[in-house]
Amino acid sequence: MPVVSSHKDVDTLTMTFVAEFEASVERVWQVWADPRRLERWWGPPTWPATFERFEFEPGGQVRYYMTGPDGEKARGWWTITAVEAPHRLEFDDGFADENAEPVDPKDATHGVVTLETAGGRTRMTTVSTFTSAEQLERMAAMGMEEGMREAQTQIDALLVAGG
Amino acid sequence: MVVGGLAGTEADRVFHALADATRRDILTKVIRSGKSVSELAQHYPMSFAAVQKHVAVLERAALISKVRRGREQIVHGEVTALRRVALLLDAYEEIWRHRADRIADILDQE
Repeated sequence: MPVVSSHKDVDTLTMTFVAEFEASVERVWQVWADPRRLERWWGPPTWPATFERFEFEPGGQVRYYMTGPDGEKARGWWTITAVEAPHRLEFDDGFADENAEPVDPKDATHGVVTLETAGGRTRMTTVSTFTSAEQLERMAAMGMEEGMREAQTQIDALLVAGG
Repeated sequence: MVVGGLAGTEADRVFHALADATRRDILTKVIRSGKSVSELAQHYPMSFAAVQKHVAVLERAALISKVRRGREQIVHGEVTALRRVALLLDAYEEIWRHRADRIADILDQE
């Protein structure tokens, strides 16, 4: 279990997630920097990701889609805002339309990834900041396994029932 | 910092609590208005004790709370707007827990 800790701040809509891996910083960096490795973990097994554009440099554009069990596609985009190999990556992450272009460039989650050596392992900290609860909701639904997606739908139904 | 086994347990409890149709139904009922366990028990073809167990699972997930009224315990829903954001952040954390597991697998296989 690689998870070390997590911290969620409901006021700032931020989640900080810390995990440690039995591998060097360089190797963990490669799971982000190499799109073929990235697509093996970004989407859940039922919604695997395919990265079709990957400009891993400041200002670079990334386009990907996740393919669902019935062949449906959920598209996303990143704009890379900072790359300091092999320790730091920052990017904006949002939803894309059928043409793989951002639905709304301002409607983006900001992600900051830092890698550091910690006791012979590599500590990866990801900080995700959302702009609204609605955006958080869509992001949460997009990366979910079927069972969780169902649970999430139930939460929504309950909230509607609760007014 | 929260270290070790604590991370994710709240999310696990919430998802476990909502994985059952009876519990979802109980929660829907008590969000509208508070109900005693015996009132709830009338709605389900199961024993009072079984309904009590479902209520206990929802309580551990902090989705409901109980308030004593005379000899009865009234069950209330605890799903406010702030709670909703907390649940969504839990769900997002769950995504990252799965991602971290998959990254660990990739690094192990190389």
